[in-house]
Amino acid sequence: MTALSLTNVNKSFGKVHVLKDINIDVAEGEFVVFVGPSGCGKSTLLRVIAGLEDATTGDVKIGADVVNMSPPSKRGIAMVFQSYALYPHLTVRGNMSLALKQERQPKDVIAERVNNAAEMLNLADYLNRYPSELSGGQRQRVAIGRAIVREPKLFLFDEPLSNLDAALRMNTRIEIANLHRKLGAAMIYVTHDQTEAMTLADKIVVLRDGRVEQIGTPMELYNNPANRFVAGFLGSPSMNFLPAGLINEGDDRTIGIRPEDLRISEDGALNATVTHVEKLGGDTNIIAHVNSHQITARLFGQHDVEEGAGIRLGFAAERTYHFDASGARLG
Amino acid sequence: MNQARSTPFNKAAMHGALILYTLIALFPVFVILINSFKTRRAIFREPLSLPDADSFSLIGYQTVLKQGDFFLYLQNSMIVTVASLFFVLLFGAMAAFALSEYRFRGNMWMGLYLALGIMIPIRIGTVAILDMMVATGLVNTLWALILVYTAQGLPLAVFILSEFMRQVSDDLKNAGRIDGLSEYTIFFRLVLPLVRPAMATVAVFNMIPIWNDLWFPLILAPGEETKTLTLGSQVFIGQFVTDWNAVLSALSMAILPVLLLYVIFSRQLIRGITSGAVK
Ligand SMILES: Nc1ncnc2c1ncn2[C@@H]1O[C@H](COP(=O)(O)OP(=O)(O)O)[C@@H](O)[C@H]1O
Ligand SMILES: [Mg+2]
Repeated sequence: MTALSLTNVNKSFGKVHVLKDINIDVAEGEFVVFVGPSGCGKSTLLRVIAGLEDATTGDVKIGADVVNMSPPSKRGIAMVFQSYALYPHLTVRGNMSLALKQERQPKDVIAERVNNAAEMLNLADYLNRYPSELSGGQRQRVAIGRAIVREPKLFLFDEPLSNLDAALRMNTRIEIANLHRKLGAAMIYVTHDQTEAMTLADKIVVLRDGRVEQIGTPMELYNNPANRFVAGFLGSPSMNFLPAGLINEGDDRTIGIRPEDLRISEDGALNATVTHVEKLGGDTNIIAHVNSHQITARLFGQHDVEEGAGIRLGFAAERTYHFDASGARLG
Repeated sequence: MNQARSTPFNKAAMHGALILYTLIALFPVFVILINSFKTRRAIFREPLSLPDADSFSLIGYQTVLKQGDFFLYLQNSMIVTVASLFFVLLFGAMAAFALSEYRFRGNMWMGLYLALGIMIPIRIGTVAILDMMVATGLVNTLWALILVYTAQGLPLAVFILSEFMRQVSDDLKNAGRIDGLSEYTIFFRLVLPLVRPAMATVAVFNMIPIWNDLWFPLILAPGEETKTLTLGSQVFIGQFVTDWNAVLSALSMAILPVLLLYVIFSRQLIRGITSGAVK
């Protein structure tokens, strides 16, 4: 049973074609991450699913029903916004119970669901505060609580962590993963951050310029990217791209090597000059230049490499990827 | 920039300028107030001196309260001003919300059309308006004035408010839609409170011209029952003799209600003026 299926969804604003022929299926209970650079249409796609924008053409099916004509509140979804979007004139309790009041749920059901959600999110002590009296992390949890109490079939998150600082972002990421385990509902999570995508997703949808580039599990995409864009977008530091001619005279393909697949070796194929070294403790990133091409090698452990030194970098041929001039993957 | 602004010299200069401006702005009001408490002869002999035991007189106020229906006029002015402001704000905000929130064919043209009225003085249409009022039997009713002032205030209101409404977070409105709020609830409960400073600005800009207007009351509602305060005070200004005591007293009393309305709006107004600037 699918929680959501999008069929040939297109969206244009006037002459601007923002979403191009999107086809995606989300299984029940699945955690799907839409990832792509800013401006590629992730939020627009999420708004189309939520019913806040109408698709220009194509069908949106949530559960068993085509919902093209249903208003957002009747679609069985809940959404968490990047800017939290809490109602400034209502307390935390008021914010969380508003949707249920609109559905005319009985008072005791509302109270119970709000209390459960508050318990789950450590908000029990803040129920009578106003949003302006909360920290950023607390506001984010209220926004999530507001979604939970509705017990939706499908959760939609639009870059929920991008307004939090780095430490809080990691904690909240783990909380969201736990929440997904606990609730078991399908979740769609939009982000431009590949780390969030890799760590949270059952399935990643990579978008570029309103088009789906590839769909798959994080490891499928990492190990078997369909094209140069996906290969470069996932993984940190990102994949190195070099003209294959540097290694084989006359080869006009582009070769892709992940930084962790490079190692320093006497007989390495690449003759590089070190320009910068990042020592992270657990890892060492060596940024070097091969002719004018920048290349990053990620070595496990701690290494002493002089800046400006000449090194040879080697790699295993079976760990490389090849792309043609248009960016498509070759063999 | 911040540092330059807070040096003692700049601070003194700034406050000096503001105090000077305040004095200049308040001077006419002050002259009106002190002279309204003086005898006619004292008004002309020493217009700038404060009333003393000799020159003190309440004759102006007595005349005003005795002759003419001062309180009726006051009430008419209040009704016209408050009702006009109410409609300007209500319809202006609704139109602004529609223009800023919904994409529809001709959205931009509609916005320009509504804003056109800012540049065209409504008095040009006086004859046509009078014709319409006669035809609808609204002459000599307060509704005639309320309708005209509402029309007069709407263009600027729509223009200012739609600009502010564009800044209200889309996410907030969308959260409301997902929670099942109607568009009316979103407008009244979420958006209006957030543009309150802009509403106050519009209210103050519209209030004074309406309160002081002589033109439309004279043409559309000159009847005894519907006279506004400004029109009513004209009985004391004759072609040959003017009862200055009464005129000054009437003016003094006419200032009070506007002052009151202004105080109500001004707290919001200050936030409105500084909103973009101070985060
Ligand atoms: N209401 C709108 N009118 C016109 N263009 C829009 C509108 N909303 C979004 N767009 C355009 O659609 C593109 C995708 O925007 P968005 O979905 O917000 O991207 P993302 O969330 O991936 O950063 C952008 O180029 C943006 O300019
Ligand atoms: Mg976005």
